Amino acid sequence: MSLTIDGRKVSVREGTTILAACREIGIEIPTLCFLETLHPINACRICVVEVEGGRVLVPSCSRAAEEGMVVHTQSSRVKHSRKLVLEMLASSVDLSTTPQVAEWIEEYEAKPERFGPPAPPAAPGTRDASVPGHHAPPNPEFAATVAEPAKIDNDLYVRDYAKCILCYKCVEACGPDHQNTFAIAVAGRGFDAHISTEFAVPLPESACVYCGNCIAVCPTGALMATTEYEKRAAGTWDESRMTTTDTICPYCGVGCTLRLHVDDGVIVKATSPLENSITQGNLCIKGRFGWRFVQNRDAVPGGNGAGNGDGR
Amino acid sequence: MWGSNAREAHPIWFHHLLKGIQNGAKLYVVDPRRTSSAAWADVWLGLNVGADVALANTMAREIIHAGLVHQSFIERGTSGFEAYKASVEPYTLEFGSAISGIPVDVIRDAAHAYASADRAMICWTLGITEHHNAVDNVLALINLSLLTGHVGRYGSGCNPLRGQNNVQGGGDMGALPNKLPGFQDVDTVAHRVKFEHAWGRDIDPLPGLHLSEMIDAMDKKTLTALYVIGENPAQSDADATHIGHLLEHLDHLVVQEIFLTKTAQLAHVVLPAAATWAEGEGTVTNSERRVQRVRKAVELPGDARDEIWIMAELAKRLGYDWGHPSAEDVWNEVRALSPQLSGMTYARLEELDGIQWPCPDTSHPGTKFLHARLWEDDPSRRGRLAPFSVVHHAGPVEQPDDEYPLILSTGRRLESYNTGVQSGGYLSPLHRGESLDVSPEDARRLGIAQGDIVRVTSRRGTIDAPAHIDRGLRAGVVFMTLHFPDEVATNLLTINATDPKSGTAEFKACAVRVEPVRTAPSYSPARAETFAAAGDD
Repeated sequence: MSLTIDGRKVSVREGTTILAACREIGIEIPTLCFLETLHPINACRICVVEVEGGRVLVPSCSRAAEEGMVVHTQSSRVKHSRKLVLEMLASSVDLSTTPQVAEWIEEYEAKPERFGPPAPPAAPGTRDASVPGHHAPPNPEFAATVAEPAKIDNDLYVRDYAKCILCYKCVEACGPDHQNTFAIAVAGRGFDAHISTEFAVPLPESACVYCGNCIAVCPTGALMATTEYEKRAAGTWDESRMTTTDTICPYCGVGCTLRLHVDDGVIVKATSPLENSITQGNLCIKGRFGWRFVQNRDAVPGGNGAGNGDGR
Repeated sequence: MWGSNAREAHPIWFHHLLKGIQNGAKLYVVDPRRTSSAAWADVWLGLNVGADVALANTMAREIIHAGLVHQSFIERGTSGFEAYKASVEPYTLEFGSAISGIPVDVIRDAAHAYASADRAMICWTLGITEHHNAVDNVLALINLSLLTGHVGRYGSGCNPLRGQNNVQGGGDMGALPNKLPGFQDVDTVAHRVKFEHAWGRDIDPLPGLHLSEMIDAMDKKTLTALYVIGENPAQSDADATHIGHLLEHLDHLVVQEIFLTKTAQLAHVVLPAAATWAEGEGTVTNSERRVQRVRKAVELPGDARDEIWIMAELAKRLGYDWGHPSAEDVWNEVRALSPQLSGMTYARLEELDGIQWPCPDTSHPGTKFLHARLWEDDPSRRGRLAPFSVVHHAGPVEQPDDEYPLILSTGRRLESYNTGVQSGGYLSPLHRGESLDVSPEDARRLGIAQGDIVRVTSRRGTIDAPAHIDRGLRAGVVFMTLHFPDEVATNLLTINATDPKSGTAEFKACAVRVEPVRTAPSYSPARAETFAAAGDD
């Protein structure tokens, strides 16, 4: 079928999304909640485009292309909408580790600061304890934020929900799209909505199996391996000087591709490529976190544990 | 899935299975334990440990009597059906039910569902192979696939899930006592002559010893020197006291390792080696016969050396100058001598993200599944017919009795791996150490509460471990892992009863007695509190 995007004719296969059609002809559309390996959830609305004859803007990540469709990706309505989305997100969420968002804010002339200075972080646990329908009156001096202290409750990864845009990717990856563990879901309503374990218990008491497939899909760095979190906090995380090498996981016989991120001769992170047919970017706890023995060779394995020291 | 807890042992493969379930596939899980894999099953068949052949033969008889066999496939692609049919005749539903402990209706349902499915696959792991009759167990499952034609077609077949990242590759490379690289037989003249010609020397035509035979040979002092590469037999093999004694009394033990393991500590010479998956170049072969590249990401620590370099230097000391071939040089030699790997250049492995063998030439895309030839119309293309095998029930070597009334089975947990050499290197909330997993019924009967220290005794040894009450276990079966051998040496208990055909030991079944020793210390969630405090800062 064929459609017109920004005045250009495009032919695509039935079922192709507008976003995929745009990417085929090199038109860039910003996305946050979209990922090729997850079902589109239409949460963030940053990828909206205008379809002629349509009453409202449509999310390009999920809307299928139709024969004869005329699409505008840079109309004033589109730009205005993306600007608004960016202003609301950037005023309420810490986007400091979200790739590309600074460029988009500039491109769409978003002014998140116009809502005032960000409100101070909520006390630990208060957002978890929020009751649907109960809201504190707004404070006009501050821009409302989702800021709260990072949740550090296990050895392997940190949940810094001050950076969470509620894109649902972690929920989908933990749930039906990949892992099917269902350790997390969105709890609460409206501005109080947040990602939560069952009854907001710490991760070690939850159903979590530490595959880290939520980290792999998180677009903002709200979910981060402890190694990376600590190096960022120390100011020593510099991706420009890291190398990546694809190899195969040393554990079971499935043969998951491990992409080792190496900084100054030291492995600091393991991921798997999204396009890998075996993993689709997913790993288990051993693949994502079990590589540490390699760099702790002086340890005697067993009871005293290779790497029970700083084996992160 | 038969004797496999892939949800924990092969988690990313299980993702693909879950997609199948979401697409409407039915899952039957045969396992003495109601595992986290069984939790996803439409039907869990919780059989008695070691009743696998009896269950398979009972299903076969039911399939035959219900007229659900794939007659045209049996006639076209198999041999020995009549003898097989006669051999399963005694395995009535009632008989199979009595031996396996699975209700008649459930066995009937599983048999009909498997035989009637458009496409069906049997996947198994060590629950099938870690028995004294491992090969018979495998043959019993193959029989079912032949009976129903669920073999040699996309989406069907028999699929042993390999437990280690290169256990398949080890076989590919000829690390078997009767094979040369590419699964060519050492006792087949044409195969052997090809290698003799390439290597310029004679090859012993007699098959060597497999692991269990080596242990026997050490016992008889006919094997007095051992070169161990990347294996920890002092802790990984059954009946550890006996193994330790044998290793200590070798004339010469060389261990090539990345850590000073318990086995390395017994060695006369330790060769510190690369963790090749991250520190060297080469290939591994995964469970779907996909040859995959491993690549060097970090430098070798200290005195560690590349494994090919070590072997070349050893050869030099023995009077052979191999030079120092690269991993790709070695691989190209393998390709030149192994027809089924010939088409896999390093460049193609890179380009195609791994290739499944057989891949005979550089234009071949690799082979998704085997045995399609059995469906060929032309008998010459069909080749050797797949034989049915007559196999009979023979339960575990040790049966429960008054003195040792429980069956101990061993296996893996999600976060850990084998003897913990690798998985002991990181911490997680899932690392809870070793435990004796016991059913609520047995715990109540023995007066054991969660966390109590219990004494587990077999005919070979005694260990103490904390008890963990597991509702997935049936009365009469207890479970342990091998992951924490320095805390709890499970293999002091296990039996070195090995399968005469494959040499695998019966890690899945030995008889034990369990007694409470002392009650659990009061629960202290210290680690959770430590983290809570850190998070509040």
